[in-house]
Amino acid sequence: MTYSILAEGLVKRFGDTVALDGIDLAVRTGSVFGLLGPNGAGKTTAVRILATLLRPDGGHAAVCGHDVVTRAHQVRQLTGLTGQYASVDDTLTGLENLILIGRLTGQSRAQSRARARDLLAAFRLTEAADRAAKTYSGGMRRRLDLAASLVSRPRVLYLDEPTTGLDPRSRNEMWDVVRGLTSTGVTVLLTTQYLEEADQLASDIAVIDHGMVIATGTPEELKARTGALTIAVRPADPADVPAVTAAVARFTRVEPEVHNTTVTAPVSDEDVMPAVVARLQEAGVRVAELTLRGASLDEVFLSLTGHRTEEDASTDERSVAA
Amino acid sequence: MTTAMDSILLDSTVSDNPTRLAARVGPVEGLRQTFSLAWRTLVQIRHNPLELIDFSVQPVMFLLLFTFVFGGAIGGSPKAYLMFALPGIIVQNSLFTTLNTATGLSTDLKEGFFDRLRALPIARFAPLSGRMLADLAKQTWAIAMLLGIGYILGFRIGTGPLGVLGATALVLVSTLAISWALVLVAMLAANPEKVQIFGFVVLFPITFTSDAFVPTASMPGWLQGWSKANPVSCICDAVRGLLVSGPVARPVVESLLYAVAFTVVFAPLAVRAFKRRV
Repeated sequence: MTYSILAEGLVKRFGDTVALDGIDLAVRTGSVFGLLGPNGAGKTTAVRILATLLRPDGGHAAVCGHDVVTRAHQVRQLTGLTGQYASVDDTLTGLENLILIGRLTGQSRAQSRARARDLLAAFRLTEAADRAAKTYSGGMRRRLDLAASLVSRPRVLYLDEPTTGLDPRSRNEMWDVVRGLTSTGVTVLLTTQYLEEADQLASDIAVIDHGMVIATGTPEELKARTGALTIAVRPADPADVPAVTAAVARFTRVEPEVHNTTVTAPVSDEDVMPAVVARLQEAGVRVAELTLRGASLDEVFLSLTGHRTEEDASTDERSVAA
Repeated sequence: MTTAMDSILLDSTVSDNPTRLAARVGPVEGLRQTFSLAWRTLVQIRHNPLELIDFSVQPVMFLLLFTFVFGGAIGGSPKAYLMFALPGIIVQNSLFTTLNTATGLSTDLKEGFFDRLRALPIARFAPLSGRMLADLAKQTWAIAMLLGIGYILGFRIGTGPLGVLGATALVLVSTLAISWALVLVAMLAANPEKVQIFGFVVLFPITFTSDAFVPTASMPGWLQGWSKANPVSCICDAVRGLLVSGPVARPVVESLLYAVAFTVVFAPLAVRAFKRRV
């Protein structure tokens, strides 16, 4: 098995803030690797180091065998970066933006124009080709940004939160684009704070929190690792929620989560289910809904980090990365 | 879409063979990238002609206001004053144009476009040199335009083509040197608005305490000392000498010494801040 990205013990500090606290990554060639974590976890910092935009304070990283610090120029010839904030020139047209990148990466005038036209067509931007990028919608800008990072035919592509801030339709479009990329042999490192996104796109995931990798594996492995199952009980009468909570807590031995009137808790033993049912019958609680299901990545994240992904949404990762 | 994507990536992906990767950017490539990025700044004018008016209107406005409003009071008659003021307005306009370099850089930093450029295998200096080159082109345009409109209003070149070329070259060299200071400001300031404010707060008084618009002799004594030493005065004197008449050698040498000083002091600081910031 070959790896396109290998990182070992990456450390990055900004003043007193430790953005990366020694992370290891191994991204298989041709795979989509999901770097999953809440805002401020260090995802963007990691990508910026791998894209040669930041120097690590400790550790090493190599892309296709080239060290990102000592052979940065080689790494830049192999990688493409699509940032969290679409970084295209607003005043240029879509076509001009792509031609500019082509010319900068050594393509002739004719080559860069042809390449730009091809990419605009592939990203359904042909009609908007001659309009200034500032007139584009959010989804169009992201597509243009992604097209710009593909101009130089990278072997490795970094997608830093490619769908943050997009509406659901644009997000689905972006997902289709990423799936399309993977069939072409490009290695993709995707950062996201959306568990569903990592689940949908990535074949391997590293969960990152406070600058550390806290779990790695396939989405299935991660789900299987943490109790794997979730019991959910919704009483017919909302007044019974405390009784249900007590019953669930007694057998799962964890503090259940209450969402509206549904009580959920991770379960490691399938025998918990009948025991809870018996206990609720004893107590005379009428149940509207009772399920035992595989844990979602959301719950995996919660059990790994002790907090939900949305919890830190107010902290701006960019301020850490700046 | 997937089919299109396949064809676009599969047939054309670069080889993994590391020997095909360049180890560094050659000087010719660096220059080419500078031109590409200068094109990027200038091409905006082509489909947004308003931008051309944007940086053409201000110097023309200055020229007309100074000639017809202040001209009679300062120079006796608008036409007489024009002969004195036009070189000053050329210098003043070029100085203010350096603000474009600074605010443009600051905008690129803030908007993330710099990240895109830096992630590309291009010369590290190209984003900076590209913008500086583009602004030199804009300045050359503005100088030509001011000379043209000046001619219509009655300004007459007293020297010759060489004088005009010399004056243009001197203005470009001087403002390029001074723009290093503004690049430094752009790297240290948080956003383009702050760059703009800082630039005006510094550039305005420096320009107006020079002899760009009024002879130094008309100023109070305490100001005359400063005005004579003011680099803007040196450049204005040199341009007057090269375009109209008067001493040339001394102000040209002084201007060039200032240019060297500005470059020696601010270029390393600006480049250091540039490397750190980006």
